Amino acid sequence: MISEATREAGTGLPVRLEDVSVRFPAAAGTLEALGGLSLEIPANSLTVVIGPNGSGKSTLLRVIAGLIAPGEGRVLIGEGVGAEPRAGDGRVGLAFQQPRLVPWLTILDNVALAMTFKLPSRAPMVPEISGGTPADYRRALAHAALDRVGLREAAELRPSQLSGGMAQRAGLARALITDPPILLLDEPFSALDALTREAFDGELQSLWMDRPRTVVMVTHSVGEAVRMADRIVVMTPRPGRVAEIIPVDLPRPRPATLASDPAAAAVDAAVRAALAKDHPPNLSPWTE
Amino acid sequence: MRRAATTLISLAAFLVAWKLLTLVTGTPDYILPAPDVVAERAVRAIGSGLLWEHTAVTLSEILLGLAVGATTAIAVGVALGKSVVIERVLSPYIVAAQSVPILALAPLLDIWFGGGLLARVLICALIVFFPIAIATMVGIRSADPLLVEMFRSLGATPGQRTTRLEIPSALPVIFGGLRVGVTLAVIGAVVAEWAGASSGLGVLINIANQGLFDTPLMFVALVTLAIIGIGLHGLVVSVERRLILKP
Repeated sequence: MISEATREAGTGLPVRLEDVSVRFPAAAGTLEALGGLSLEIPANSLTVVIGPNGSGKSTLLRVIAGLIAPGEGRVLIGEGVGAEPRAGDGRVGLAFQQPRLVPWLTILDNVALAMTFKLPSRAPMVPEISGGTPADYRRALAHAALDRVGLREAAELRPSQLSGGMAQRAGLARALITDPPILLLDEPFSALDALTREAFDGELQSLWMDRPRTVVMVTHSVGEAVRMADRIVVMTPRPGRVAEIIPVDLPRPRPATLASDPAAAAVDAAVRAALAKDHPPNLSPWTE
Repeated sequence: MRRAATTLISLAAFLVAWKLLTLVTGTPDYILPAPDVVAERAVRAIGSGLLWEHTAVTLSEILLGLAVGATTAIAVGVALGKSVVIERVLSPYIVAAQSVPILALAPLLDIWFGGGLLARVLICALIVFFPIAIATMVGIRSADPLLVEMFRSLGATPGQRTTRLEIPSALPVIFGGLRVGVTLAVIGAVVAEWAGASSGLGVLINIANQGLFDTPLMFVALVTLAIIGIGLHGLVVSVERRLILKP
């Protein structure tokens, strides 16, 4: 756990979901992705959401990002009463499962994309920049964001020239460029091999410790959840609701070899038990 | 180099076959002139300034028609692609206009628009419009929905989404439409001239064919039209190569 002092210095906003339901039209009637989900996400916490396929994890992130309006209930972002999210209101950065880079733009321009729209940005990453054209400013910010994810050399490359891992990092840099108070990660490293993924988890953890903000991360991996989370939210099968919230009270930075720690093993077992309750493992084996 | 060589060899083979056909069948020049007869006639037509006079007229009709037709088609195509309502309202008229033979409409358009350059440009634009508008509509709709959602999440306005994502995504398809459009523009110009004009390659074809029985001259006009078509098509392809990133 990060200390309360660090958390006070964090830049994140809390998120509150009240009885949120989301239905999609489907071939046979409607599909209820979220069924009355309520969840408090404290400011500057690192929350990991885990659950079986179709438990509405991605839908949950889209609702927080304002990309989908809930059919019932409401989502509130911010201290006090809070306000409902609107897509692109600058409070949320979203990194997708596929990096979704624009193929004809350079990596630098992809990362700077958000800055060319009317996105409110806190953008404190290069405070020394004053004067210069808006384009200079955007480029400086994009370079700073690429630096943060270790992609300095890739700025002038095109997405097709990047490896999968580099493209994932570029997607993360794009989500970070506006320095959003809330960062949503939808299985951001799922396409990577286990070792690279552990390394990325470590980098992400230090990024967050350097500049705490509210992070909500979706994953299928119990090990990743234990490595990353302050609290693990276990979802029920469709329609998605919160089955259980498991706090992870382990010191940071957490190493990749965390699994051998007895306290971590206990959390791991608790998560697996919670998942198995609604979703017997013999139906869909959970693997790392 | 290799590509140019291939093209030259195929052209030479075509000309030899053409020449052999006239030799073997003994067809007279007023039915099928041999390539050397056409070439000789071309030299005379160029020398007298006759060919350039007519070519300049047709070329300006083609270029203006293409500019007007393609610009409107892309604008309408974007609107069709963005709005199902607009598509529902407009598409029957667009399809109807395309299904009516332009040859039948051309004389009317010529009368309505005063029989001058304007009328001919409009006829040319009309024939160019359809393939480009449809290609643009299809292209706009084919934008990757994952990228569209990403643009939304970054706060792009609908206008920014169109100009920065959907139109660039549609470019390969739009260029497909433009390739069809440029060749149709050549046909459009000739049809427009047949509907009422005093100069142009279409007029030259009529004069040579029906007035003078100068079949070699008609072939000179046809070859010139073909060269214009190939040239414009090549131009579109080279712009396309420059503009669109190969993955």
